[in-house]
Amino acid sequence: MMIPDGIEDEDKWLTAGIAGLQQNAFYMHRALDTNNLKDALKYSAQMLSELRTSRLSPHKYYELYMRAFDELRKLEMFFREEAKRGCSTIELYELVQHAGNILPRLYLLCTVGSVYIKSKEAPAKDVLKDLVEMCRGIQHPVRGLFLRSYLSQVTKDKLPDIGSEYEGDADTVMDALEFVLQNFTEMNKLWVRMQHQGPAREKDKREKERNELRDLVGKNLHVLSQIEGVDLEMYRDTVLPRVLEQVVNCKDELAQYYLMDCIIQVFPDEYHLQTLEILLSACPQLQPAVDIKTVLSRLMERLSNYAASSAEVLPEFFHVEAFAKLSNAIGQVIEAQVDMPIVGAVTLYSSLLTFSLHVHPDRLDYVDQILGACVGKLSGKGKLEDSKATKQIVTLLSAPLEKYNDIETVLKLSNYPRFMEYLDDGTNKVMANVIIQSILKNKTCISTADKVEALFELIKGLIKDLDENLDDEFDEEDFNEEQSSIICTVKKHILTGGTKRLPFTVPPLIFNSLKLVRNLQGQDESVSGDELSANPKKIFQLLNQTIEALSTVPASELALRLYLQCAEAANDCDLEPVAYEFFTQAYILYEEEISDSKAQVTAIHLIIGTLQRMHIFGVENRDTLTHKATGYSAKLLKKPDQCRAVYACSHLFWVEGHENNKDGERVLFCLKRALRIANAAQQMANATRGSSGSVMLFIEILNKYLYFFEKGNSHITLDSIQGLIELITTETQSETVTPDPAADAFFASTLRYIQFQKDKGGAVAEKYEPIKKGGSEKAWIIFNLQDT
Amino acid sequence: NYIIGAFKPACNISITFSDGKTRKQVPLKKENGKTVMVPLFQSQENIAGKISVEPVQGKKVEHNGIKIELLGQIEMYFDRGNFYDFTSLVRELDVPGEIYERKTYPFEFSTVEMPYETYNGVNVRLRYVLKVRNYTPPPSINTSIKMEVGIEDCLHIEFEYNKSKYHLKDVIIGKIYFLLVRIKIKNMDLEIRRRESTGSGANTHVETETLAKFELMDGAPVRGESIPIRLFLSPYELTPTHRNINNKFSVKYYLNLVLVDEEDRRYFKQQEVTIYRLADTS
Repeated sequence: MMIPDGIEDEDKWLTAGIAGLQQNAFYMHRALDTNNLKDALKYSAQMLSELRTSRLSPHKYYELYMRAFDELRKLEMFFREEAKRGCSTIELYELVQHAGNILPRLYLLCTVGSVYIKSKEAPAKDVLKDLVEMCRGIQHPVRGLFLRSYLSQVTKDKLPDIGSEYEGDADTVMDALEFVLQNFTEMNKLWVRMQHQGPAREKDKREKERNELRDLVGKNLHVLSQIEGVDLEMYRDTVLPRVLEQVVNCKDELAQYYLMDCIIQVFPDEYHLQTLEILLSACPQLQPAVDIKTVLSRLMERLSNYAASSAEVLPEFFHVEAFAKLSNAIGQVIEAQVDMPIVGAVTLYSSLLTFSLHVHPDRLDYVDQILGACVGKLSGKGKLEDSKATKQIVTLLSAPLEKYNDIETVLKLSNYPRFMEYLDDGTNKVMANVIIQSILKNKTCISTADKVEALFELIKGLIKDLDENLDDEFDEEDFNEEQSSIICTVKKHILTGGTKRLPFTVPPLIFNSLKLVRNLQGQDESVSGDELSANPKKIFQLLNQTIEALSTVPASELALRLYLQCAEAANDCDLEPVAYEFFTQAYILYEEEISDSKAQVTAIHLIIGTLQRMHIFGVENRDTLTHKATGYSAKLLKKPDQCRAVYACSHLFWVEGHENNKDGERVLFCLKRALRIANAAQQMANATRGSSGSVMLFIEILNKYLYFFEKGNSHITLDSIQGLIELITTETQSETVTPDPAADAFFASTLRYIQFQKDKGGAVAEKYEPIKKGGSEKAWIIFNLQDT
Repeated sequence: NYIIGAFKPACNISITFSDGKTRKQVPLKKENGKTVMVPLFQSQENIAGKISVEPVQGKKVEHNGIKIELLGQIEMYFDRGNFYDFTSLVRELDVPGEIYERKTYPFEFSTVEMPYETYNGVNVRLRYVLKVRNYTPPPSINTSIKMEVGIEDCLHIEFEYNKSKYHLKDVIIGKIYFLLVRIKIKNMDLEIRRRESTGSGANTHVETETLAKFELMDGAPVRGESIPIRLFLSPYELTPTHRNINNKFSVKYYLNLVLVDEEDRRYFKQQEVTIYRLADTS
């Protein structure tokens, strides 16, 4: 047999077929007009012989078939009239079977068969059974499918359905069912068989043709769904098992996918709900290549919509344990189909999640369970590279957000954050964005630190470099741009928090922003244009506002620390005015808000420490700030605190590595001032307790002396050091002093250090050489103190 | 017209059967292809009627006596003109004399033995000068035909015909099961073949003709398929099976199942069935 290659040839054959058909139809009409039964049968058989062709593709064959179909309607009418005129239908039924060629014979048989049923001369079921059985003679897939589709077409209004005129006595709906099921089974077999026929090289073409024919098969399921008498019980016990048996056994992926989908689409939701177990049990038995995820997704989608349609149906969902069954089935399918791409699994879980959110909105544990199962599937595979899968995960993770409109609820899901490590950086950011958008939209407030922590764990993709090896194509500018805008967003959100939350939420924001600033700083100069929002200056502005919000809490100590942090960062960015502004803010806070003495001590040390590291300030600004700092130090409540703060201030004038920032004179000034305060402290102690206070402060100051001495501050003289040592020695040996082992130990170590330096030899040793251990030159020291 | 008149028979002879109006008439195909209706008799019947001889207007017919003969003949077409009479009955109706006007004679052959049916074959014809048909009661034993056939590792089929003996208006019901299919079958037909053997011994001549070609299946079945058979015999011009009629001839019928593959190779299995004539119920 010639296989047509060209469409042109096919068109020619179709034209020829139509011509032959029309010619015989003409003679048939003439016979019908003259009531010549014999000729009518002869010409109708010849007309139908055109359908015996093997040369047409299903598409063209359909065209021919439709023409024959129309002609057969006329013949059917004629037969009906013949029957009215007294011609017995059974005789007609026999007569048409005399045709020698099987295809015309069976078309005629089906036509008369439908008249036969209508005449009610025989029970409908017998005729139906005979017809469906006789059609087995056509084993050619395309011709068989069309013949059986014709059979289905002419009998569908004559099935012994409940309430139909053909029902009764021997004819029951079961017979109708049996008939349709058998026709369906045979059609499916023919359809599946198509793929094995013909040369292998035309496989694609055949698949395409099969696709064109699928609705002929599916139509049977539609007919089944239209049978009134099929109630739930019958569907569960007969229809579904039989259809599924055929679906599973045909072992054909195209058919399985299409038919599963058909089942889901044509039968009512409540049937699906009540037969979930049966339907789902078929899924793991399907061929591995079947796109089962789409099938199940559609099912869940339908059920979700059903659940959403009316609250009344929900109890049924609970009753049949729909969730457990679906969840179970998905697990099995994923387990059974080892090769299923990850996107498939995620899609399935995503659908299940949607279902669960619709049906069991109150069952957060279900959601978490689904997420857990899904993330379990991801584990051990590293970051996902399939972009479809990651997209699907975003859908999956977005669903609970959309449903609950509340990040707090989502944060309760323990498995939720586990996804992040499997997402690439881009997706992580997308996801973080989704989360933040949700928070913003719903103006959610977060009430506990744990949750904030959890939230930031989720959105860290925005804040942290997750991948050190950035792509070459990676656009830093965009990245920063994006980060900066995200920070704005986070800030907006965070600032909506109440006084109890802000102390917890602000610091992470600040530090992450600073990280971004540092990142910006590390880049090309050109990036930091003013027009960009990712501009350090702008970020600092933002931070300033953010920290200010803390004042309402109030959490001034925290705010102060943050100001200082920012100042330091600004320092690194060479933004003097900004840094100065932050310091100003910190000072204002110190002056106005920090009243507790202990807090003041801590604060002043922080200020000093920070200020010491600042190197961008010009002389004027620096003077102002250091002056203030020393001023604050001297004003602390307790003498020892004053003393310690003041000697700490000495470092403000001596910054290693910055030669223009080494002012030995002022260092000495600070140290002397510290000495004076220490002295005063001791006198105060003498006055109040009758005994001298600890020499600790002196020892500490001595250490400062030694430090600066060693660093080469020429204003620190050997004499002054020697004097201090003498003073301390005298004090410790004085009888009024309270024994202080800690001070003794400290002093001893200090002396040991001096000795150590001497022993080292070289320049350092020379420097230290003149220093001697204690004498008694107290007066001299006092003189010196007063001298300054 | 004298000349034409000269060749005209001298008289018209007509025969009427006494039950001529009620007797069943059946079509009979003559050698020239035309079909005429002839009365139908069966064995053991009385054949009675009248014969009338009427001279052409104004003439007299001289005869050497009038007699009526009932002949059962077998004629071999290869030996045309040579009739073998297996039955010959004679009734004398009149003594020699002259007939001037129409004269009618009654006749009767009672309970005539007509053992064989009239048969028109390819090479042989059995005829009575009267048409005779014999009816057979339904056979008491009529088993189905069931057979598994095939070609090793290539094609295994099992077929089943519901009976081994069919009457002329019968329906052949059956089924073909495909147990193994390794060839690409295009279609499958059921043929009815008639095998007529004439003569005897060295002179035996066998002629086979296909009377029916009935398509059973279109396309290639797969293993496990079963194809129904339902063949109505009535449209075909069959005769009963004849076995060794007077040592002159036999007629046998066969059902031939033919499978044709895509390369047009034919695979077939022939199986004899007996055809018999069942008395009409009408």
